[in-house]
Amino acid sequence: MTLVEGLDAEGCALREGTGADAVGGLVPARVALPSDTRALGRVMSAAAGEGLTVVARGGGTAMDWGGLPRGLDLLVDTTGLSWIEHIAGDLVVEVGAGTPVAELFEVLAAAGQRLSVDPVRAGGTVGGMVATGVSGPRRLLNGALRDLVIGMTVVRADGVVARSGGRVVKNVAGYDLAKLHTGGLGTLGVVASVAFRLHPVPRALRVVTRPVPSGAHAERMLTVLRRSTVTPSAVELDWPPEGPGSLRVVLEGTPEGVEARVTEVVEALGGESAVADTLPEGWGLLPVEGTLALVSVPPAESVRAATRVGELAADADVRVSGSARSGTLYASFPPGTGAVGVETVLGGVRSTPGWSATLLRAEPHVHAAGTDLWGEVPGLPLMRAVKDSLDPDHRLAPGRFAGGI
Amino acid sequence: MSETEAPRTAVAALVPRLREICGEDGVLTDTSRRRTYESDGLPHHHALPGVVVLPTTADQVAAVVRLCAGNGVPFVPRGAGTGLSAGALPHAEGVLLVTSRMRRVIEIDVENECAVVEPGVANLDVTRAAAPYGYYYAPDPSSQQVCSVGGNVAENSGGAHCLKYGFTVNHVRGLDIVTPSGEQVRLGGKGPGAHGYDLIGAFIGSEGTLGVATRVTVGLTRSPERTVTLLSAFTSMDAGGRAVSSIISAGVLPSAVEMMDALAIEAAERAVACDYPAGAAAVLVVELDGPAVEVDAQLAEVTRLCSEAGAFETRTASGADERARIWKGRKSAFAAVGRISPSYIVQDGVVPRTALPEVLRRITELSAATGIRVANVFHAGDGNLHPLVLFDDAEPGAAERAEEVSGAILDLCIEHGGSITGEHGVGVDKACKMPRMYGPDDLATFDLFRRALDPDGIANPDKLLPTPRLCGERPGVRKGVHPLVEAGRAEQF
Ligand SMILES: Cc1cc2nc3c(=O)[nH]c(=O)nc-3n(C[C@H](O)[C@H](O)[C@H](O)COP(=O)(O)OP(=O)(O)OC[C@H]3O[C@@H](n4cnc5c(N)ncnc54)[C@H](O)[C@@H]3O)c2cc1C
Repeated sequence: MTLVEGLDAEGCALREGTGADAVGGLVPARVALPSDTRALGRVMSAAAGEGLTVVARGGGTAMDWGGLPRGLDLLVDTTGLSWIEHIAGDLVVEVGAGTPVAELFEVLAAAGQRLSVDPVRAGGTVGGMVATGVSGPRRLLNGALRDLVIGMTVVRADGVVARSGGRVVKNVAGYDLAKLHTGGLGTLGVVASVAFRLHPVPRALRVVTRPVPSGAHAERMLTVLRRSTVTPSAVELDWPPEGPGSLRVVLEGTPEGVEARVTEVVEALGGESAVADTLPEGWGLLPVEGTLALVSVPPAESVRAATRVGELAADADVRVSGSARSGTLYASFPPGTGAVGVETVLGGVRSTPGWSATLLRAEPHVHAAGTDLWGEVPGLPLMRAVKDSLDPDHRLAPGRFAGGI
Repeated sequence: MSETEAPRTAVAALVPRLREICGEDGVLTDTSRRRTYESDGLPHHHALPGVVVLPTTADQVAAVVRLCAGNGVPFVPRGAGTGLSAGALPHAEGVLLVTSRMRRVIEIDVENECAVVEPGVANLDVTRAAAPYGYYYAPDPSSQQVCSVGGNVAENSGGAHCLKYGFTVNHVRGLDIVTPSGEQVRLGGKGPGAHGYDLIGAFIGSEGTLGVATRVTVGLTRSPERTVTLLSAFTSMDAGGRAVSSIISAGVLPSAVEMMDALAIEAAERAVACDYPAGAAAVLVVELDGPAVEVDAQLAEVTRLCSEAGAFETRTASGADERARIWKGRKSAFAAVGRISPSYIVQDGVVPRTALPEVLRRITELSAATGIRVANVFHAGDGNLHPLVLFDDAEPGAAERAEEVSGAILDLCIEHGGSITGEHGVGVDKACKMPRMYGPDDLATFDLFRRALDPDGIANPDKLLPTPRLCGERPGVRKGVHPLVEAGRAEQF
């Protein structure tokens, strides 16, 4: 009996991997289901003892994000780490990594609070949301996901359970290691739990939608919005391959305040705006299929980047959407788009100074073509040094991260 | 060795090279000039730096650090020296690398709502440069006239308004750093960080232990359409605390919620005649900002909530001068305490906001039991306490007793699930307290990260993490059983 097998009795169910557990075409020999952080620690130390490569899985909605893992002996399913400790009076919550995001949101909403993040995938867990690190449109008031994490417990490659941060909003003791794990795709440790700062749900919400027939028009609208003091929660650009694009401005606050701000925005943007009091269906969600790129540019160049991606994509119907006010855009390629088409877009974006493009998710044939998911990554040697210190044997999702980390 | 010479150590041997790099006027070896740098804002920790350098460019910083790295000489970055945890305490055999000659605001980019600055730029100068365009730099530590943006980055500083606007880390988009090996790396830029590990996020708050920030791109915030400040007076701290809770739970997010107790009010009154309502046992300063209509709606609500919680007087101010009058008492409080006590310790600890009433009661008990007076001035909105522990240093043993009370307050913070520092950092001052907040495994992990970037331990050594030299024990020594030992595979490690 191996060490890992010996875990079965200790709060950690174990089974053989199947095709359904495959990550990047690799079927893990075994799948472990720890029931709590300690059990996760035991799994990880047993895996270390045997020198196993490990990939963590939460809701399984983003196993095709990042690079293809070079090895996968053990898949750690975190869904057993599902718990919510909501300290409503302090506007803080600590959550087990395997907790479904939807469940967390329900619990918070019942108390009139929220984690001010729009998930980009449905059906995920908190750990997966944090490990992929990407957040949706409403980021202008309270920040992006990384700004809302106040503490994290992570199990290291060697099984050591380590915490950074805490459960208070203000805390500068120690290094903020949670920043490294947020968006780290599980390559520096397996996230066991996360503490977030919360916000009260604003009493009123309005969405002003304005069609923008041309890039020049969109630029004008954005300039007008930037000059005003209406403080939107989101300014979301949608730039479909054909037909007019649109801008969506989300305003949140008191009922009286929001009414007046809507009027201001509608006047500023001109006549044809539509106003709704709920978010549109599928708000913030990215397509679940096809190659997906994150394009990051100085905010004032958002529209130019969106139109440029459209041009570069030529007849591949790429849709660009994202937070125009912050310069975070997503380019979604239709399923089946060839590697050459994807690379043309990546190359064009990357060759513009100040712009970057990362493939969050590449289809198998894009991986097969050897497309560079990351482009040039400033600070890569430092990142390698961090990886070497926290996972010296490179057993955690090797290959999934930038530079083959 | 004569008084005016640099000490004859490894660092002294570097002086000629340092002069080549930074110029004659960029290297200070003279004892009296070095002495002006012997401490930061926490003067009871002091040491004469081996040598002081004042580089003017990132290339010079990199060359200095490379020289240090090549010779195993430690370096300590320093900005304006206002830090309150002795993070910029010099190393007697090291190079003190001061950014005060790197003070250019390189660019205000209105379209991209950001500023690019050198690390020595004073925090308030960013706002001054942005103000003509209707923008400001949100993090506003009380020391903002003096403290440097580089120091803010190193300490992840915040100010009274961080309740709504967050800390330095929430505003930095790009960072040029010189690593402890002397490498120059540009992270991020005007756009949002896109790929790789969030090294910017991890560097911020690293207290100079991971290298030197040489250029910072910060996001600018649109100046709010309206700002209103409200002063509410209560007959008890509990009532004031109740008001804070009800404001926050009503869903109002003020930009600042500050509280002062009777002793702090008394001190401020004597120092600056701030004219706070007579007989107040607690005052609350609440600031609301944003679109005018929102602020007006919130103001009505906050006023109502304060009076429901028992406020006997509430004043509001919307003009800049009137607002400044309300803030005057709060802002002068630290210095004002000097009027009512010969000496004092400024503590910085955090508790969950809901634990505030309990912790304040315990502080009162502690004060009564020891006879040491404690004035409370704090960021009530986020539970960040700044108790001022008063003592008379002429009285034998008083300083030690005050230290004990100050330490006991930190213990209260930890006991209630809080933090040993909300904004002043760990530095030297609290390095030995880290093991009370974090376990051995947590500390060992911090150390692994630090060593990844500074394997030779030359970047601001003996700060942030406990070391044997400081605390008499090895840092991060694990006391429990290593998980691998538990798993029966100890021999592997
Ligand atoms: C009266 C007073 C009020 C204060 N109020 C506040 C407050 O409201 N909020 C708050 O957060 N703090 C406050 N502080 C603390 C202090 O002002 C902040 O920590 C500030 O950010 C320090 O900046 P500095 O330039 O003075 O840094 P220094 O004191 O020179 O250095 C602080 C630390 O930063 C490192 N460092 C400095 N520059 C760099 C650089 N370029 N690269 C890497 N590391 C660097 C140093 O090594 C040191 O560890 C206050 C201090 C005083 C004296």
